[in-house]
Amino acid sequence: MDADMTDQSNSEIKTGPAGLAGVSTEPGAKKPDPILVADNITRTFGGLTAVDVEHVEIQRGAITALIGPNGAGKTTFFNLLTGFDQPNTGSWSLEGKSLKGVAPYKVARLGMVRTFQLTKVLAKLTVIENMRLGATGQKGERFWAAPFKFLWGAQEQSVTEKADDLLARFLLDKKREDFAGSLSGGQRKLLEMARALMVDPELVMLDEPMAGVNPALKQSLLGHVKSLRDEGRTVLFVEHDMDMVRDISDWVIVMAQGKIVAEGTPAAVMADQRVIDAYLGAHHDTDLSELDEERLEAEVEAEIAQEEDSK
Amino acid sequence: MDILEILRAALQQALGPQAIVFALAAIGLNVHFGYTGLLNFGQAGFVAVGAYGMAVTVVTFDAPFWLGILMAIVAPLLLAVVLGVPTLRLRADYLAIVTIASAEVLRFVFGAVETKDTFGGSNGLNGYAGPFQRANPYSSGIDLGVVSFGRNDLWSLTVGWILVAVCCVLVWALMRSPWGRVLRSIREDEDAVRSLGKNVFAYKMQALALGGVIGGLGGMFLALKQASVVPSDYSTLMTFYAFAALLLGGAGRVMGPVIGSVLFWFLIAGLGSFFSQSAGEGGWIPEVIMSDTQASLIRYIVLGLAIMLLMIFRPQGIIGDRREIAIDGR
Repeated sequence: MDADMTDQSNSEIKTGPAGLAGVSTEPGAKKPDPILVADNITRTFGGLTAVDVEHVEIQRGAITALIGPNGAGKTTFFNLLTGFDQPNTGSWSLEGKSLKGVAPYKVARLGMVRTFQLTKVLAKLTVIENMRLGATGQKGERFWAAPFKFLWGAQEQSVTEKADDLLARFLLDKKREDFAGSLSGGQRKLLEMARALMVDPELVMLDEPMAGVNPALKQSLLGHVKSLRDEGRTVLFVEHDMDMVRDISDWVIVMAQGKIVAEGTPAAVMADQRVIDAYLGAHHDTDLSELDEERLEAEVEAEIAQEEDSK
Repeated sequence: MDILEILRAALQQALGPQAIVFALAAIGLNVHFGYTGLLNFGQAGFVAVGAYGMAVTVVTFDAPFWLGILMAIVAPLLLAVVLGVPTLRLRADYLAIVTIASAEVLRFVFGAVETKDTFGGSNGLNGYAGPFQRANPYSSGIDLGVVSFGRNDLWSLTVGWILVAVCCVLVWALMRSPWGRVLRSIREDEDAVRSLGKNVFAYKMQALALGGVIGGLGGMFLALKQASVVPSDYSTLMTFYAFAALLLGGAGRVMGPVIGSVLFWFLIAGLGSFFSQSAGEGGWIPEVIMSDTQASLIRYIVLGLAIMLLMIFRPQGIIGDRREIAIDGR
């Protein structure tokens, strides 16, 4: 992890707002101000080692992307960090507080809130009720206080105001009174993200926030994620959409077969030959022009014809 | 065919003590299943524990009557904790298995010869309801034209329906609160609720206890009304009738279980009266097709059919919200 080892990629590092300039790009690199640190996390399912992470640090106040091929263990790693699954070995901590064996709801209360790859909206509750649920420290959520509205009515009002603000930001205000189950897949992603923000998390963990979201919404979602950073929150997200990764992330961590294989700024990682081989593929950067497309089509057709001939 | 007689029989049951017992049991189930999504197939166990909690305290331990009432609330609470601690962390199906089994275990323990000294065996316990009967303020019964209730029945019905009303108000007040919102969210997706920092286990436990205590009040009422507790009253049939009443009225609605229970007993008694008049001597159904005894059972077939049709054409129940059902859960 010496500085001279990374000369080549250092030249490409942009000086982002997150204080990541000059950080080594070796897997498991030390960060100047980590909010989340994990060591020796392994998780096996039968004979399969799904996650085997030696060391990883997530920089505070930065947007970190976690990318990798399908089955690389990204979501499993998310589940482990948030307490939804227990690792076989390892320890990890949020702001110096060990999270080993801590129940998922306590992890959320400590300020680490996640969304799910397969959205988990509460279908038979209205959108605004989904949002209100996210607020923490509600007096009316205690059994003995619940029957008496005068004890929680005022707080409910302020929770609702906050929820309405967030709904407006996420363009869901028109859906306020609809059942969450009637939302489209993309809207559910938005709702889940907005609901997670009701918790006021320090660290937001988004599992494929862009999957199934239309291009126009994507732009505004990107804006939201950036504004989270501007508010001082930390974002860690799993995503396959390379445009998004390139656009908004300050740092990229690449996982393959359960291990972290590379780290660095988006530009550095995308130029890394190992990453290209393992995940991105050789043509990830080139936009397919019409001409290319025609040529590709012709190639594919020729291949098909050949296969048919050989039968 | 005497229509008035059918109506009389139906109303007598629909307003009577049976409807109250099952309304309370179903209100409890509504908290479990309708709001929290807990599959409790042993509500009869909670009802039994409520009844026996009171009877055992007063008869076996010779404690004062008010302590018996208190134990009718405490005993189901304890049962909820005992059942909930090992099972509520697991998937919903486990709770279903554990509750249905434990309700049967309880019934056999209450009726066993070996525990006769405490629980009275298969004859049960009696002789504890004196203070309740003496508190009766009515001097005579009531005649409403079609139906009439005697002095004692009128007193227990008054207490019973007040109990039902109080439970309904409590459930209404709780379910409109943020606490109720957490419960309904757990029904939809408990992992989502966990991810937002709520202690799902604690909420499930509270819901199990609340629903169990309301069911236990049903048992207490039955015990007071009958002035005796008998183990055979608390079979799995009670749980299934309570579920039928809940689904008939509409799960997840405050008044659903009450309307369902009233309707359930209205139909059971009305159909029973109808078929007993129709078959046998003087009836319009010939003996070859249906005998007396067969006629007394055919109401259950009709009721089963009615519930099936309801599930197909109105799955949300009589007063449920169509919108909630129209949505695919995923």
